[in-house]
Amino acid sequence: MSKFRSNGKREMPELNTSSLPDLIFTVLFFFMMVTSMRDVEVKVQVKTPTGGSEIEKLERKSLVSHIYIGPPAKQYRATYGTAPQIQLNEYFAEPEAIREFVIAERESMYEKDKPLMKMSLKIDQGVQMGIVTDVKQELRKAKALNIVYSAAKDKKE
Amino acid sequence: MGKGKRKVPGLNQSSTADISFILLIFFLVTTSMDTDSGLPRRLPEWNPDEIEQEMKIKERNVMTVQVNKNNEIHVKNGVVNRVIDISELKDIAKEFIDNPNNDDKLPVKEDYDIEGYGVVVTTVKHVISLQTDRTTNYEVYFQVQHELSKAYSELRDAWSKKTFGRSYGQLDDKTEQPIVRGMYSNKISEAEPKQYGTAQ
Repeated sequence: MSKFRSNGKREMPELNTSSLPDLIFTVLFFFMMVTSMRDVEVKVQVKTPTGGSEIEKLERKSLVSHIYIGPPAKQYRATYGTAPQIQLNEYFAEPEAIREFVIAERESMYEKDKPLMKMSLKIDQGVQMGIVTDVKQELRKAKALNIVYSAAKDKKE
Repeated sequence: MGKGKRKVPGLNQSSTADISFILLIFFLVTTSMDTDSGLPRRLPEWNPDEIEQEMKIKERNVMTVQVNKNNEIHVKNGVVNRVIDISELKDIAKEFIDNPNNDDKLPVKEDYDIEGYGVVVTTVKHVISLQTDRTTNYEVYFQVQHELSKAYSELRDAWSKKTFGRSYGQLDDKTEQPIVRGMYSNKISEAEPKQYGTAQ
């Protein structure tokens, strides 16, 4: 026993923390790279519905394009009124513009990802089905058949 | 001047870690990973002649779910024909899709060959037709979709537990899940919107 405990007193060597800042900087840079600041300003008010068990997380964000439908945000009401609008990229658009939007989005993807393209429909709860149906019909015509009704998962379920 | 050599004292760097921690936490808080979630659906192919095809389906195989402009849900199949509450929809749909008692008013059960599994008896030809008005509220429509989806996944889960001993989520997504999906395949058809009055 005493073989290992040679001189009684022995101080714990202090941990060298000089590389700690570098380490944390690395993590910091990782987060800066990974997280994308939201690239489009959403000009419509969208409060998506909440669902339960059937809500799935969207993986691979590069496959997903967003279509926003909802009443214009406060600062745009003067010009666009309060009727629900469709927002593609930065702009309000008519349903007919969706086909071009889909083509443009599809062009920007890798060849092998093209059939996996998903359209995430962020639709406000209060919107009426008319505009939603128009959008869906246009998506069908544009052959963008994989859609996701964007919704939050209710925590209670 | 007089003292000649003078050493520059080293900067105290012990607080760099704290500073970068603060930066890190700032980024963690401000950037949202923006986890998007939702209810996945697949739209039918655009095909202008399909309206005629729908007429050929037998009446007992169809369940119509109408959501009218007052957001009332009217369900019509061989057994039920009335306005229902959203909470009832899942069970009505489950009974319709599965037809557990082989009711002759509910969809026909027939032999169906699932690739990789074998022949099962199921209601292959059932169709749930979801119809909405142009002024139906999206929230209600979404909840209806969600309930129908739930009906399918509960049936799949039950069958999967009976057959494979595991729930649907735990099955292999390349080989076993398609089998279960074949057993209860999603047959929600969305007709073009029409103008409906209040349901009877």
